[in-house]
Amino acid sequence: MKKGLRLENINKHFGETQALRDVSLEIHPGEFFTLLGPSGCGKTTLLRIIAGLEFPDTGKTLLGGSDITSLPASKRPVNTVFQSYALFPHLSVFENVAFGLRSRKFPDHEVNRRVKRRLEMLDLEGMETRLPNQLSGGQRQRVALARALVNEPQALLLDEPMSALDAKLRARVQVELRRLQKKLGQTFIMVTHDQNEALTVSDRIAVMRGGRIIQFGPPEHVYDNPISKFVAEFLGAANLIYGKAVNGGLLTDIGFFRLKENPPWSRGAVAIRPEWVRIRDHEPEKNGVRGTVKEVIYRGAYFDILLEPGPLRVRTDTYRRVKVGDQLWLELLPEEFAILND
Amino acid sequence: MPQEKENKNSALVVWDGELVSPGTLWKRGVSFLSPGMLWLFVFLLLPCVILVLVSFAGRGEYGELVWEFGLENYSRLIGFGAFGWTANYLMILWRSVVTALITTVLSVLIAYPLAFFIAARPERTRYFWLTLVIIPFWTNMVIRAYAWFLILAPEFPLAKLAAFLGMIDPGSPLYPGSFAVYLGMVSMFLPFAALPLYASVERLDWELVEAARDLFATGPRVFVKAILPQTLPGLYVGITLTFVPAMGVFVVPDLLGGAKYMLVGNLIRDQFGASRDWAFGSAISISLMAFTLAGIYLFRRKNFDEYKTRKSA
Repeated sequence: MKKGLRLENINKHFGETQALRDVSLEIHPGEFFTLLGPSGCGKTTLLRIIAGLEFPDTGKTLLGGSDITSLPASKRPVNTVFQSYALFPHLSVFENVAFGLRSRKFPDHEVNRRVKRRLEMLDLEGMETRLPNQLSGGQRQRVALARALVNEPQALLLDEPMSALDAKLRARVQVELRRLQKKLGQTFIMVTHDQNEALTVSDRIAVMRGGRIIQFGPPEHVYDNPISKFVAEFLGAANLIYGKAVNGGLLTDIGFFRLKENPPWSRGAVAIRPEWVRIRDHEPEKNGVRGTVKEVIYRGAYFDILLEPGPLRVRTDTYRRVKVGDQLWLELLPEEFAILND
Repeated sequence: MPQEKENKNSALVVWDGELVSPGTLWKRGVSFLSPGMLWLFVFLLLPCVILVLVSFAGRGEYGELVWEFGLENYSRLIGFGAFGWTANYLMILWRSVVTALITTVLSVLIAYPLAFFIAARPERTRYFWLTLVIIPFWTNMVIRAYAWFLILAPEFPLAKLAAFLGMIDPGSPLYPGSFAVYLGMVSMFLPFAALPLYASVERLDWELVEAARDLFATGPRVFVKAILPQTLPGLYVGITLTFVPAMGVFVVPDLLGGAKYMLVGNLIRDQFGASRDWAFGSAISISLMAFTLAGIYLFRRKNFDEYKTRKSA
C-alpha cells in the first residue's frame, strides 16, 4: 500500500508560546482529513508545517515514506489552497492556474493541456483571460483549487477554504468539495474551526486544542463518542451530566442512569446529544426523567427545547407540538451516553 | 403660477442632506475652490505664462530683455547659430537625460533592498531607520555636496583606496568627475525613490509570496511574479520623483562634476546668471519642462492603462 503523510512528535514554538506540543499523526493516501479546533489551537501551524511554509523545532515529517522535514515549500509535492486564496492579482485565471507548471518548466503544450483540463473540471471554462478581481468569491475559490490541483500534489492542503464564502454557498461547496475529492481519490488535508464543515466533508477528523490533538477518528465516531467536555461541546450541542459512578450507572441530581459500561472514575461527567434524548408518552422502564418545558426554540425543521431539571436540551421533530409548561417523559438510553474522561 | 413653482422645485437637488438649487451649489463650489485656484494661478500659471512669453523675446546689448518676438531662442537651442549648426546644446540635453536616467536606475536599485530592510525591522526601530533616510532631506543641497568633498578628499580612505588600486594619482581627490556626480546625485535622490517604495513594501501581501513558493517558485521567480508586481505603484512614484528633479539639477554637477560637467540645469542657471540671456534661459526652461512632462506622460499613461484594465472590465 502507498504510504501517506506521517507526522512524528512535532513541536513548534513562536517565541514564548508553544504552538504545537508533541503532535503525531498519520494521514492515509486518498483520505479527506480535517484538523478541527478553535482559533489558536495550532491547526494552521500544523498545516503550514506540512506545506513547508513553517518548520518544526523538533519532530519529523514523512511523505510517501521519505523524510521531508527540512524540505522547503518549493520542493514539496504538496500544494495549498490559502484562506484568502492568494491568487496573483496581476495574472489571468489561466496564468494563475499555470503558475506551478511553469515554475517546473513544463513545455507550453503540456501546460495548456493540463490547465484546460482542470478549468473544465472546476467549471471555469471561458474564464481563462479574466483577472481574479473580475471573479465572484466562489469562482475565485475554484481557481485556487485548480491552481493547486493542476500540480497533482500528493496532498492538497486547504486552509479554512470556506471562510470567504457566504453561508448558503458554503453548504453547497462543502458537498462539491467532498465529491471532487472522492472523484480524484487524492489526499485532502483541511483546516477549519467550523465543526459542521468538518463533519460534512471528512473521512477522519482530528480535534485540536492548545497545540495538541485531543481526539481523532471518523466524524460520526468522534461526534457520538467525545472523550472530553471540550470535544463534546465543540462538535455541537451536548447535555453534560455530572454524577457519581455507582454499580453500572451514574447517580446524579436528576436521577440514576444506567450506562453501557462502568466509567473509569468515581466522579465525573457523561454527555448526551440533544437529538438522542427521546420524548416518551409514558414513564420508561429505566433512565427516565420527568421534565417541564421552559423554552421552545422553533428552528423550522426541528425544535430546540430546554427543560427543567437540568437544564436538559432536547431536539425534536416539529410534528410533535410542544409548548412551554408541558410535562414530558424523557428517556436517556444507556448506549447514547458518551463517558467523558475529564 | 403653481406650475412655475413646481418647475422651480424640480430643479432643486439634494446635496449632503440639504435641498439646494444648482446655482447655489455652483456658487458654493467656486468659493470653496477659489483659494486653491488663486494659489495655482499666482504661483504656477502666471510664472509659466511669463516664462513662455519671455522665451520668444530677445536679448539686448547689455543683457536686458528686448520685446521683439521670434523663434531665435528655440532655433539656437536645437543648434542653429551665427556660425552654422552645432550639436552643443542638444548634447547637453542628451547628457542630462542620460544622467537623470542613470541616477534613477541607481537610486531604485539601492532603494529596493533599503525598503525591504526597513520594512523587516521591528516596528519600534522602523521609524528610527526611516528618519535616517529622511534626515538628508532637511539638509541643504550645497552643504551635502560639500560634505562629499570631505569624504572624497585625498586624505580620506576612499581616495587612498582608489589611489592604491591605481585608479587615480596618489594625493588627488576623487572629484571632480562622473563618480562624484553620481554619488552626489544618488545620495540626493535616494529618499525620493526609497520612501514610496517603502510604502509599497510595507503593505506587501506576503501570502502571495508563500503561494508562489508553494507553487514551486524559487528566488528570482518569486521576486518577479509575487513581489515586484505588488511594489509597482511605489516604484512608478519613486521613478517619477527621482527622474523629474534629476533632469533639472545643477548644484551637484556644478560642485562635484567640475567645469566639463554641463547639464541642462547648469545651462539654464548660466543664462539667468553669467550670460544674462533671460530669453534664451526661458526657452531652455520651457523645453526642459515640455520634455520632462512628455516623458512622464508617456510613462504614466502606459501604467495608467494597465491599472485601468485591471480595475474595470
